[in-house]
Amino acid sequence: MFDTPHVPLPAKPGIGYKPQHFAAILDDPGAVGWLEIHAENYMGAGGRPIAQLRQLSERFPVSVHGVGLSIGGEGRLDPDHLARLRQLCGWLNPASFSEHLAWSTHDSAFFNDLLPLPYTNATLARVCAHIDELQEVLGRRMLLENPSSYLAFAESSWDEPAFLAEIARRTGCGLLLDVNNVFVSATNLGYDPRRYVGDFALDAVGEIHLGGHDEDHDDHGAPLLIDSHGAEVADPVWALLDHTLALSGPRPVLIEWDTDVPDWPVLEAEAARAAAALARVAA
Amino acid sequence: MSTTLKTAALVGAVASAIAAHGTAASAMEKEKCFGVSLAGQNDCAAGPGTTCAGTSTVDYQGNAWSLVDAGTCTGIDLPGDRMGSLEPLDRDLPQT
Amino acid sequence: MTGLVADFLPALRDAARPAPDGVTDGAGRPAGRRFDVYRNNVAVSLIAALETGFPALRSLIGPENFRHVARRFAAGHPPASPLMMYYGQGFPAFLAKLGALAHIPYLPDVARLELALRDSYHAADHVALTPDALAAIPPERLEHTRLAPAPSVRLLRSDWPVSAIRAFAIRDDAPKPAGGGQDVAVLRRGFDPEPVTLPAGGHAFLRALQAGEPLGKATELGARAAPDFDPGALLGLLLAHDALCQPEERQ
Repeated sequence: MFDTPHVPLPAKPGIGYKPQHFAAILDDPGAVGWLEIHAENYMGAGGRPIAQLRQLSERFPVSVHGVGLSIGGEGRLDPDHLARLRQLCGWLNPASFSEHLAWSTHDSAFFNDLLPLPYTNATLARVCAHIDELQEVLGRRMLLENPSSYLAFAESSWDEPAFLAEIARRTGCGLLLDVNNVFVSATNLGYDPRRYVGDFALDAVGEIHLGGHDEDHDDHGAPLLIDSHGAEVADPVWALLDHTLALSGPRPVLIEWDTDVPDWPVLEAEAARAAAALARVAA
Repeated sequence: MSTTLKTAALVGAVASAIAAHGTAASAMEKEKCFGVSLAGQNDCAAGPGTTCAGTSTVDYQGNAWSLVDAGTCTGIDLPGDRMGSLEPLDRDLPQT
Repeated sequence: MTGLVADFLPALRDAARPAPDGVTDGAGRPAGRRFDVYRNNVAVSLIAALETGFPALRSLIGPENFRHVARRFAAGHPPASPLMMYYGQGFPAFLAKLGALAHIPYLPDVARLELALRDSYHAADHVALTPDALAAIPPERLEHTRLAPAPSVRLLRSDWPVSAIRAFAIRDDAPKPAGGGQDVAVLRRGFDPEPVTLPAGGHAFLRALQAGEPLGKATELGARAAPDFDPGALLGLLLAHDALCQPEERQ
């Protein structure tokens, strides 16, 4: 369907790239086999960000992760932003492109967060139309990521794994399974994360995300986990990764650490832990 | 200024610019952001990037707030810069 | 599905409103505090973006004051695009209208300088004019030669010693700002933008070059703005900062 030639992401650990780690990564990437960037941070006209990305892309497979397209938004996709994504994917020819099942833009105001969607037939039709358009513009298959949820919509008529599977079936897109998001959402909304993974269309999964979360409580004292990407991956999330990989087989596994970003050795140690998890399923 | 004079002035300007070039470049003082050790690391000129993470910091309610004298501006004394206590922020917010 | 934005957005933007109907905690109870997570994510991420983008302003008025000012700005000025590197274009004008800060009149210009530095950082790359290439221009053609400033050059005029104020705010070793207004050019040698104070006439000269005027006309405008304008010193400054583009036929 899409024939842009590019090397796919390897089934190794990757990390979310931060500029402060540039020299350390080039010096010794350790367990890290690939890098992920946020598309929007590399849409300037030039300067150091683009130059560093060019240099890194000569040594590492790069995954482009969009955070601002608002695929679930009610309006049409922003044509300017589509053009910027096409330009970036054009010169970089990344190993993967992914975006979120979320919305963030309305009337040209961007809210800088991944806002939740009700899982209805109307949302399904809209998201599929937007993914069709995006894949057409980029000339490649994209991956769609499951969100972290803090609340549920009363009007939802689909559960999330079935909703994502249906999107993948209709559009041909792949899925990005964020295992920390599964754990966060399952805790927050009171369902079994292993059952969620068991229901997920694992054959469509082209990438797995891991990240740290914070713990808080709702009005009733129930645990409310926040997807903060500001700490080590929690032990139960590592266990859920093992469970997932046992069902899916090896996949590219990304460590996301976006706030209170640690020094390189701390991040590399997380990647090494992901490498060990991958080695257990490969053996 | 006649064309001849202008040309002469420009030739002189270019000559002095080129002659000065060797020394000027080495004498340049780099203005650095705080916390910057090496170029390309923690580069504060880059400005904000995107996020796909949430936060557990609670900070969305704009309660009434009186500004306090706290910043480095208290060490600056320029003509026309009226020193004195900062005023409550809520008093005259611009309409947004 | 008109309900999503219609219900969600007003409550997202205004903390005084209750969480929208139709969102629950997953067990059928109202979402309550759970909705606040999204309010927080939006507010805090935008405040953090302003903190990152305006370090000198933050230092000048203090981190706590800055947070409150930034929260007010962010609530009324969401980003116009997902390119967060450009967020805060309206911040100088917002500060200028903020009565509580009116007695620190240089703050909007410091904000403009911080925006210019950021803008320069992300501007297009260029091949810098070399002294050899400049020397190779035949004297009789100099007057009509167009030398384009680098795409990363930004110009700023201030009634305040704005670059000195910024330096004082973010550097321990910077002297106390003194004197009057400054014309500042943000020049980017390699990848690091730097505010450079321009000599008299320099602003007019550079603005003329940016507008595509030839050297002769730009020199004339510089001299008109300041009788003691020294084009040689300014060209030397621009060469030293790689601030001019190599003419295209020489690339």
